[in-house]
Amino acid sequence: MPYEYLESNILLNHKISEDIFEMKVELKNITEPGQFFMLRKNDSPTFLSRPLSVYYTDKKTVSFLYQIKGKGTQVFSLMNPGDKIDIMGPLGNSFNTDFCGKKTAVVSGGIGIAPMVYLAHELIKNGNSVDFYCGFKGMPYCTDILDKKIKVFISSQEGVAGYHGLITEIFNPTAYESVMTCGPVPMMKIIANMCQEKNILCQVSMEQHMACGMGACLVCTCETEHGMKRVCKDGPVFDGKELILND
Amino acid sequence: MTETNICGIDFKNPVIAASGTFGFGREFSQAYDLSKLGGICTKGLTFNPRQGNKGIRCCETASGMINSVGLQNPGIQSFLDTDLAFMNSLNTVIIANLSGSSIQEYVQGAELLDSSKIDIIELNISCPNVKEGGMNFGIKTQSAVQVLEQVRKAVSKPLIVKLSPNAEDIVDMAVNCEKNGADGISLVNTFKAMAIDIYKKKPVFKNITAGLSGPCIKPIALRMVYEVSKAVKIPVLGMGGISCWQDAVEFIMAGACAVQVGTMNFIKPDICLDIVKGIETFMIKNNFKSISEMKSII
Repeated sequence: MPYEYLESNILLNHKISEDIFEMKVELKNITEPGQFFMLRKNDSPTFLSRPLSVYYTDKKTVSFLYQIKGKGTQVFSLMNPGDKIDIMGPLGNSFNTDFCGKKTAVVSGGIGIAPMVYLAHELIKNGNSVDFYCGFKGMPYCTDILDKKIKVFISSQEGVAGYHGLITEIFNPTAYESVMTCGPVPMMKIIANMCQEKNILCQVSMEQHMACGMGACLVCTCETEHGMKRVCKDGPVFDGKELILND
Repeated sequence: MTETNICGIDFKNPVIAASGTFGFGREFSQAYDLSKLGGICTKGLTFNPRQGNKGIRCCETASGMINSVGLQNPGIQSFLDTDLAFMNSLNTVIIANLSGSSIQEYVQGAELLDSSKIDIIELNISCPNVKEGGMNFGIKTQSAVQVLEQVRKAVSKPLIVKLSPNAEDIVDMAVNCEKNGADGISLVNTFKAMAIDIYKKKPVFKNITAGLSGPCIKPIALRMVYEVSKAVKIPVLGMGGISCWQDAVEFIMAGACAVQVGTMNFIKPDICLDIVKGIETFMIKNNFKSISEMKSII
């Protein structure tokens, strides 16, 4: 699918947790789970666009979940419904959800939950069973909107909800035929290693600072067994066996 | 009206996508019709394939970015086998950006490119992100001339030398490139720069320094294009932080016969089209009948 580059209307942009926001924009699209868009406010004081993965889409709108991490996301958080935003996408590859009747696990850490919510619902739609493991530093978010068919496991490092500790401490891949993960690299490294030991397919969604977002500039590469690969174009989803994850 | 001829090659207009920001055109061809461009410079090519640098490769700055890609490319033979036919189908001028880690590698690459269907070779002696070669040839005039002399012997196609703003004396280097067989000069590549992660208490980039580009470098790049244009008779291709058609007109008035647009392609994928249209409208309104009429009026 070719990407589109256009100006879109913001329909909704609200805070859902301490530094977590949801932005919904008007955009006809066909987006696969794991894909992302590059977004930029037209007169932004920051220079580059920011990649945001898709949290939900109904084909007429796209929703993004983002955490205020720096100036770019702060600019987003101050935008209002009715404002215009430059948007390019959908970009990148996607998770393979093409299983049927399989037992799958989705493992997220922090804001890495964003693409996994959309992914989990697509997995359910395709007839798979989904266990959703989501780790947070403090209070959880977005776990209440998950489909009732999805079994949810929560961890919090601060101990304010669910298991007190890291999500990797309560995850065991042996019960699953396929695992998908997105979050901090140290977490994904543990999950990918666990899966590799048990020879279970593990799809890993990488995050990286980007410039063009479409595969031309080569600044967002990650190390793989097959050389440096572009997170924006060859990824963001990679086979865990292929990635060389450095802490 | 916007046509221009550089080193005997006809360009539809003076707007060229700059090396390293446009890949081999495939990704941008989804955004718009690339035949509307004056030309495209390929990603920097070396005879041997290169994996590029490890670690962080990009850092945003005020009005720009610092990159440390390190000339990742599939090697010239692979480019010729898998990418050049696509580029030639785009109906625009194709400029191959040639780099190397030694004079021998430059020459091997030049020989391959010279026997291919590319239109122009841009000799890159200005990449700041590789430990060997690259910009090392672009700091001292003498080193630049050494690599140019050898590549010139291997190349019958038009040969443009892409200069580094980090050169000790960029005007002296341009003059000596002209004397030693360059058919044109393009400038400037990125500025050697750095960034520090204050929380990790370490440089952001593994190589410590990297290349700064974007609108923040434009005024310095413009000054260099102006000075070089006054000193040489061969065509000058101006670049450095061009973000709109007004910037492009400034470079042309300062002496450039064409401009290259780089980093801004990341912000607005079809920026080159806006610049082509903007130049044309400006020329009509200001009664310029050709690019050469507008060139060097400062």
